[in-house]
Amino acid sequence: MPAVPETLDAVQAATESGYKWGFSTDIDMELAPKGLNEDIIRLISARKNEPDWLLEWRLKAFALWQTMTEPSWAKLHHPPIDYQDLHYYAAPKRKPGPASLDEVDPELLAMYEKLGIPLKERAALAGVEQPPQVAVDAVFDSVSVATTFRDTLAKAGVIFCPISEAVQEHPELVRKYLGSVVPAGDNYFAALNSAVFTDGSFVFIPKGVRCPMELSTYFRINARNTGQFERTLIIAEEGGTVSYLEGCTAPQRDENQLHAAVVELVALDDARIKYSTVQNWYPGDAEGRGGIYNFVTKRGACRGARSKISWTQVETGSAITWKYPSCILQGDESVGEFYSVAVTTNRQQADTGTKMIHIGRNTRSTIVSKGISAGRSDNTYRGLVRVLPRAHGARNFTQCDSLLIGDQCGAHTVPYIESRNPTAKLEHEATTSKISEDQMFYCRQRGLSQEDAVGLIVNGFCKDVLKELPMEFAVEAQKLLAVSLEGSVG
Amino acid sequence: MLKIDALAASIEDKDILRGIDLAVPDGEVHAIMGPNGSGKSTLSYVLAGRDGYEVTGGTATLNGQDLLAMEPEERAAAGLFLAFQYPVELPGVNNANFLRTALNAIRRARGEAELDAVQFLKLARAEAKRLSMPEDMLKRNVNVGFSGGEKKRNEVLQMAILRPRIAILDETDSGLDIDALKIVAEGVNALRGPGFSALVITHYQRLLDHIVPDRVHVLSAGRIVRSGGPELAHELEARGYADVVAEAA
Repeated sequence: MPAVPETLDAVQAATESGYKWGFSTDIDMELAPKGLNEDIIRLISARKNEPDWLLEWRLKAFALWQTMTEPSWAKLHHPPIDYQDLHYYAAPKRKPGPASLDEVDPELLAMYEKLGIPLKERAALAGVEQPPQVAVDAVFDSVSVATTFRDTLAKAGVIFCPISEAVQEHPELVRKYLGSVVPAGDNYFAALNSAVFTDGSFVFIPKGVRCPMELSTYFRINARNTGQFERTLIIAEEGGTVSYLEGCTAPQRDENQLHAAVVELVALDDARIKYSTVQNWYPGDAEGRGGIYNFVTKRGACRGARSKISWTQVETGSAITWKYPSCILQGDESVGEFYSVAVTTNRQQADTGTKMIHIGRNTRSTIVSKGISAGRSDNTYRGLVRVLPRAHGARNFTQCDSLLIGDQCGAHTVPYIESRNPTAKLEHEATTSKISEDQMFYCRQRGLSQEDAVGLIVNGFCKDVLKELPMEFAVEAQKLLAVSLEGSVG
Repeated sequence: MLKIDALAASIEDKDILRGIDLAVPDGEVHAIMGPNGSGKSTLSYVLAGRDGYEVTGGTATLNGQDLLAMEPEERAAAGLFLAFQYPVELPGVNNANFLRTALNAIRRARGEAELDAVQFLKLARAEAKRLSMPEDMLKRNVNVGFSGGEKKRNEVLQMAILRPRIAILDETDSGLDIDALKIVAEGVNALRGPGFSALVITHYQRLLDHIVPDRVHVLSAGRIVRSGGPELAHELEARGYADVVAEAA
């Protein structure tokens, strides 16, 4: 946690002095005491000025969570998480950032440079304190850019705001859809998130509207301080279309140990949602010390006929990844897609995949998963394709490829296929390969460094997924792959 | 000038090269011929710097630079090119992208300006045309799904684009029909000139009808046992290795 001991002492003192929520605003960081109980949830809800129904919803989720246990079926190993030893509310303002780029960890800056992030953005990503407002415009232009974006979006009728703001401004929409795809009691981490989520994004695309821009552009500039328990809700009404990119390709040294996010997508008739993720949180060091535990529940509901939800993810960070972006294909002829690249190095562990639940007629799904393991890491694809009796003519194509670098890593493929309709057609293809010594020598003989060679081979391996990313991020993702695997060969 | 003195090398403690002396002056093409197991491929791998080969003695320099002290990619930047006997497939890696990355890595190492995608494609298309190779070869993944002949032609195209100072052709003629052989030979001949030299490793005299060497060396049991002009290749073809090697011993 980012708190310095003095801050904790101050909070402790404030708590003991009998302040109702144990909450101190005397210090510039707003931080609740450690631990999780109903009072903390009431505190979060109160700080966010939430309506009663939402508080009730959180409390119900908390009650459910208390009856649940951490899932143990994934191929992941980590020391037990002490949920009472965490802070569940900290206002976005954290300890002061470095005053200039000179004070930023040079290793971090070197990485930004390799990723080709413009200098101005590097400062923002590294959390360098921004000069006052006027200068912000000059340096980063974030305010004016953001405003322009907001105008454009508002004109189109698109709502795009923090979910806490949506609770205030559009309570009817939030109430209608929140938890409708991932119910509060869906799983251990979703229940925890439902009880304590502090912020996240809300997107609403009205009927017939094609969102005029990639929401990534806006997000990239505005979402520097994302929280530990994010909650994202995206709704596309009939015929609405949106492309959303979560994450940013510059590594953030986030110190929070546990991340448990929930993302819900709802697509009505003929709506299309494309959700892309580039995740490169701190993976821990070579010995496996530190790093983020990332337990995420992402699910999209294709409620309407001919709707389409497409997940694309490039995951290179986190010590532990537990994540299965899924599609519930309810509407007839709806389409679900999952394109994934998961890279693990050093001691990283990833257990990730997808679920495609075919309910409607002639529903189609495509799964392309590329796992790359290096170092002493473990990389598991776990995927479920389920066809329910009504899903006549359902089709699935699954392609799972694993690439091993070195001889101390592991790659595992665990497909679950359940079909209860005889007209369904399901295909599953899987391969495991290694970067061979022949390939490395061939590339190096042509003048490529070991790192360039690995980058080229890995990018070739991932091509089918990378081409699904929005253009500007595909290029960064390619570089990210190469940077993540640096030093893993030779 | 490629200069090799008393070069000895082993694989897993087995001596393969037992003292090779060889000099290939700029602008010359030399052929190395020899029976199976004589060390021909080992020589090319040792010069290119492949892992798994231990140099146990001797030196190898290219224009005075110590090749044996360099990483494989540094040798490439110094101007050494190896046309592989078995070109390697790189799935998902576009041939043009691969070659541009390689060319730019070499140019960077030499302190030359890198080529952008447009400049590179112009160059690559011109070379492909000159070698009568279909342009779509550039768009395909490196060697994936290529026929044996196409793979070898792709090696020659790479050589033409990378413009090495010395090219080692490791049995580039194996598995080629006569038409493909001619194309490969033309590719090498087109590069011949004062700034280019080549070491053509082959079993058969056939290739040397099309790439006429300045010198021919016979390799046997890790040593060069005889050297001569192009006529030596014909003699080998007529008499067989066993005779010539026995006579030299």
